[in-house]
Amino acid sequence: MSSYYNPADLAKFGNIVEFQEELGKKFFDYYGAVFAEGALTQREKSLIALAVAHVVQCPYCIDAYTTDSLEKGATEEMMMEAVHVGAAIRGGASLVHSTMMMNKAKELMM
Amino acid sequence: MALATTSLRSRGNDLSHADLQLKVLNTTTADASALPRFADALRKADLYPLRPTALEIFQVNLGKMCNQACRHCHVDAGPDRKEIMTRATMQACLDVLATLGDVTVDLTGGAPEMNPDFRWFVQEIHALGKKIMVRCNLTIIVANPKYHDLPEFFRDHQVHVVSSLPFYDARHTDRQRGAGVYDDSMRAMAMLNAVGYGQEGSGLRFDLVYNPVGALLPGPQAALEADFKRELHRKHGVVFNNLICITNMPISRFLEFLVDSGNYQAYMEKLVNAFNPAAAAGVMCRNTLSVGWDGALYDCDFNQMLDLPVAVAASRSILNVDLEALRDRTIVVNQHCYGCTAGAGSSCGGQIA
Repeated sequence: MSSYYNPADLAKFGNIVEFQEELGKKFFDYYGAVFAEGALTQREKSLIALAVAHVVQCPYCIDAYTTDSLEKGATEEMMMEAVHVGAAIRGGASLVHSTMMMNKAKELMM
Repeated sequence: MALATTSLRSRGNDLSHADLQLKVLNTTTADASALPRFADALRKADLYPLRPTALEIFQVNLGKMCNQACRHCHVDAGPDRKEIMTRATMQACLDVLATLGDVTVDLTGGAPEMNPDFRWFVQEIHALGKKIMVRCNLTIIVANPKYHDLPEFFRDHQVHVVSSLPFYDARHTDRQRGAGVYDDSMRAMAMLNAVGYGQEGSGLRFDLVYNPVGALLPGPQAALEADFKRELHRKHGVVFNNLICITNMPISRFLEFLVDSGNYQAYMEKLVNAFNPAAAAGVMCRNTLSVGWDGALYDCDFNQMLDLPVAVAASRSILNVDLEALRDRTIVVNQHCYGCTAGAGSSCGGQIA
């Protein structure tokens, strides 16, 4: 194993059923249903996936959902805005915890 | 308006030769896994050999001459290309058309309107009572005053206008089709709308063609159509009937892009993995006869550009056609055909399955 991440491995995602067929199959059935057109459009779902891919920093997911977002008709601006949403939530999630820090500090300090 | 590129031919690029394109499509390089043969994919879907259904589309390529030079063009068309159909060959098409029943005549190019006999040909086809479709690139309408009355001419001959517009903004459109193409296209759409095209109740059909600006498959046609309609109307007040999604074929200038950008293998794998038997059953070559600018006969426009003539050796020209023999022909397929069978499929009429 020369590298932890290999772009060619993305296409092998489906092979996870080789080690555990039942759970793998259930996952992919669920996955397919999640991304089907529903109350949200396929493009909206793809952009959410793209944002989450950046938050969880998954190179495979970023590769897959950059392609998928473009194929669903998203523009580069939409995609970057989606990533900013992810970044804002990620940053906000850190900062909102500072209220705990503030509470604790105020509790400790005279 | 500026050209997005120039023809492969004018640049002396090897890919201007059809045999070299086929070589790329059929070569397995050391770093690329072998792609399954398209014929084998058809065999698995019980569709091999592929046979024609009833002839519905009589497609005529009026020439490779074009005022644009789009980066994805499968014809390698451009202003430098002088190959155009003569009136004698058009007459041969008319003679055959007169013997055919209810077919649609699909006129394409290049920019078919640049052929000096274009209007005569349309008038004659109209006089035969055939439905006519013109693949109009929009910008030709505003390219020169002599084309400004094309919308009225189309209307007078009940032409169904089909026009490429890869996106509802200038950045994506111009990247594929040339700087200024989007703005010119909007002006032309407004002119078509003004005579009734795309307007409800007018009976004048005006469709747009979407093909991806890159190594991508087209998305869901209905969703994209809704986006195009909303945005084009909001930004420019223009309307159209339907959006037709067409997959870029891995031939000619799009093949050049795929190879040069390093996307070739991944794109072909994407097409192969998305092979859809339902789309394969409905491919356009089954109900189409394609006539080249020189009268040569092909199963489709893409085979035409790859110099893959119909399999009936005795009927390879509109000047000497045997329709009975063509009805029993085997359709010629090769690796590029995966482009028409991927996902929801792709035809000159849009997604299939």
